[in-house]
Amino acid sequence: MTRVIFNEERCKGCGLCIQFCPKSIMYLSEQRNRLGYNYAIIDDMAGCTGCAICALMCPEVIIEVVEEAAV
Amino acid sequence: MAKIKGYQRPQTLHDKPWHFCPGCHHGIVHRLCAEVVEEMGLQSQTIGVGSVGCGVFSYNYFNFDGIGPSHGRAPAVATGVKRVLPDKLVFTYQGDGDLAAIGTTEMVHSAVRGENITIIFVNNTLYGMTGGQMAPTTLMGQQTTTTPRGRTREQAGYPMKVCEMLATMDGSAYIARTAVFNPAQVLKTKKAIRKAFETQMAGLGFSLVEVLSACPTNWGMNPLEALDHVKDNMLPVYPLGEFKLKKE
Amino acid sequence: MSEVILMKGNEAIGEAAIRANCRHFFGYPITPQTEVLEYLARRLPEEGGAYVQAESEISAINMVFGASCAGARVMTASSSPGISLMQEGISYIASAQLPAVIINIMRGAPGLGGIHPSQADYFQSVKGGGHGDYKLIVLAPSSVQELIDHTMLAFELSEKYRTPVMVFGDGMLGQMMEPVVFPDYLPPPVDRPWATTGMEGRGPNIVHTLYLPAPDLENHCHRLFDKYRDIEAREKRSQEYFTDDAEILVVSYGIASRVARAGVEMAREAGIKAGLFRPITLWPFPDLQLQAAAKQARLLISAEISMGQMIEDVRLGIRDKVPVKLFNRIGLVPNPDEIFEFIKAEAGEVSKIG
Repeated sequence: MTRVIFNEERCKGCGLCIQFCPKSIMYLSEQRNRLGYNYAIIDDMAGCTGCAICALMCPEVIIEVVEEAAV
Repeated sequence: MAKIKGYQRPQTLHDKPWHFCPGCHHGIVHRLCAEVVEEMGLQSQTIGVGSVGCGVFSYNYFNFDGIGPSHGRAPAVATGVKRVLPDKLVFTYQGDGDLAAIGTTEMVHSAVRGENITIIFVNNTLYGMTGGQMAPTTLMGQQTTTTPRGRTREQAGYPMKVCEMLATMDGSAYIARTAVFNPAQVLKTKKAIRKAFETQMAGLGFSLVEVLSACPTNWGMNPLEALDHVKDNMLPVYPLGEFKLKKE
Repeated sequence: MSEVILMKGNEAIGEAAIRANCRHFFGYPITPQTEVLEYLARRLPEEGGAYVQAESEISAINMVFGASCAGARVMTASSSPGISLMQEGISYIASAQLPAVIINIMRGAPGLGGIHPSQADYFQSVKGGGHGDYKLIVLAPSSVQELIDHTMLAFELSEKYRTPVMVFGDGMLGQMMEPVVFPDYLPPPVDRPWATTGMEGRGPNIVHTLYLPAPDLENHCHRLFDKYRDIEAREKRSQEYFTDDAEILVVSYGIASRVARAGVEMAREAGIKAGLFRPITLWPFPDLQLQAAAKQARLLISAEISMGQMIEDVRLGIRDKVPVKLFNRIGLVPNPDEIFEFIKAEAGEVSKIG
């Protein structure tokens, strides 16, 4: 399955990934990271198609999109 | 085992945090430059020349050789590098204050000479690093810290159109203006950077890619509003497209 | 190689650069330096080198910056107003610790001034010129032969210490013809492991001058000045004539020192115990050599083609233990007679005091 890996501690909460996610499965956490930003997260990873548009738009280059074999 | 499907950070970028503000498009443009260098297999053959302004730390982020020149002089520095190492990829990374104001002479004459270098030009219509002053590219009526009532013709004339000007020069080989306000535009920008680098490696002459970019902090907008501002207010003044495409 | 040929100063500089294996030159036309440019525009392509006529001296010095980053032996040349425009770049080159040779064929100024020989850029070159804490090695040739020798030495010093070096000529040296011999000498090749040539087989090389954290900037300046102290300890150069018993010591450099020497010889013939001390390096200024040469001196005369600039270093060098007077002309190189008359008049004053 596809997994989106965030480096949450470096997210600045700009929301560009959320804006352009075609499945609308991303949102800003209510938690803040050490930088003081509400960071982007996904709960419903099953809904991810692995299109990587989030990574394409992320200005911080903190999103990687990988395929993992089912265990 | 994790396998790459969608996206992995390029090896041509160091894995360290940016100094950029939230939603700043510099990060996207940095990444695209690094991706193209990696995809062309040129990491060991590239010399990046930075600038002064928000692009000042580019040499800290790119994982290839880099130079920090003085304000506006990057095209002259790149000229010196390229004349010594004509087979390497030599590009500058400059903002609109650095390129279109203090560095106008160096930019224009690099194009006049047909200097075989590439300029990546990030246009966000103001001086970002110093806190949002007017640049030659500032839109009419745009408020900045030095045009507090908006840019007026009487006081500061009109926005400077770099691509249109450089396209008139016989020495320029590839001139394009792109943007990164949505995924399709990001992909087009990456293609344009690739074309510019290929133009240089083919020895065709001077190339420049202007990327219309957002500066949410100094525009006083959130990052999403800033995307709309690029689309709604910059595009009418700075139309996208290829202004020069020399084939051989 | 050791053939004697007649050559114009500016062209001799160009040929010296070629013989020193300099293959990259960036410049801009300005009188009385332009023949350096013209000569290299013709000769460098013959040698497989690159000549670029820049759009300004600002661009020229930044092309030098880039070429030096890329590992080349590189030179530029200009004259006073153009050298003013290069000051920003020289500060960056010094801070980035890049080797580069800058030729200054001085003309009268301030402002547009004139195109006559001058030595009025002393403060600018020796005391700073650009912004910040840095030093520039300054060599002062006094003949066309020395324009050749010093150009070659400039490459060696700039590469040895990774620092910019200026050859400090003037409009007369640049324009006049003299018999010269090109020495069988090459500045030794140096490794440049720091150069930005592409990271083949190594990590990235970065050349920059930005030190935002205060401790980094302080360390950087201390590193530079450790190097400058090393240069001061090793590279002070000077020449002396009749200094053993000199009571009146003329201090003069470059073209002025040649006529000063003739004036001193005339004074000796007239029975005056005069001598000449000629600094060859203006920075580092040869102060210890000056003190030794001035042991018997009761008066020092700073003879220069400016309103009195080197005189400050002469006073500092002699620790103000002996009075120092200024002999100067502007817009021309003085005659030996004028210097002799000045020495004679001062000798009378000195003997009255004595």
